[in-house]
Amino acid sequence: MTVETTELTLPSRIDTVATAAAAVAEFVTRSGVSEDAAFGIDMAVREAVTNAVVHGNSQDEAKVVDIVLKSSPDALEISIHDQGPGFNPSEVPDPTAEENILKTSGRGIFFMRSFMDEVDWFLPPEGGTTVRMLKRR
Amino acid sequence: MAELNIAERQDGDVTVLDMSGKITIGEGSVALRTAIRRLLEEGKKRILLNLAGVGYIDSSGIGELVSSFTAINKENGQLKLLNLTQKLQDLLTITKLLTVFDVYESEAEALNSFK
Repeated sequence: MTVETTELTLPSRIDTVATAAAAVAEFVTRSGVSEDAAFGIDMAVREAVTNAVVHGNSQDEAKVVDIVLKSSPDALEISIHDQGPGFNPSEVPDPTAEENILKTSGRGIFFMRSFMDEVDWFLPPEGGTTVRMLKRR
Repeated sequence: MAELNIAERQDGDVTVLDMSGKITIGEGSVALRTAIRRLLEEGKKRILLNLAGVGYIDSSGIGELVSSFTAINKENGQLKLLNLTQKLQDLLTITKLLTVFDVYESEAEALNSFK
């Protein structure tokens, strides 16, 4: 089974979101997935990288965002690691609950979960947060 | 080229913003916020956003649309949306915002709805 892996380390800046999205788009094209799947992956990656840069690393340029892209015959797996204080997804309220619909933030994780088949968060022993997202073929 | 281009035109007392590009975190979201704030300062409270040329929006951009909607409502104005792409319509549907915004496919109908 062939697994292609690409790794990126990017600075904690807003423009990293576009840089990461461009790298992932190239990877997704090489991996050959449908246009719909590619749109969803792009959306999820932008939201995950935004979270890593803004909420995880607080745009501290001394911290980096590590991205690992893996393509296998079964799925595409994307892991994004930040060096922040650690993130607990259960603390994020449901943005589609009536009382939250008009909130101006809090939809990023909802989009990640909507467009990917699996989204899990880990707090690795070295610190920070890793989010792992899977899109099955 | 700017991430989001906004061209302004006036039809009676309705200000139409023809937008093209991306409404995403950073430049795109800020451009939308700045345009709406400026219109409100100028007393222009009836605003139609023509989103035909907006091919991409993220959660920050959607947050900015909600923020614009709330700010304009607070001033007793109206914000309406025109020509959503299918993708944007899908995003507004899953976030349950499609029922919040007044959305049109025809500019004539949208302009009439302000009367």
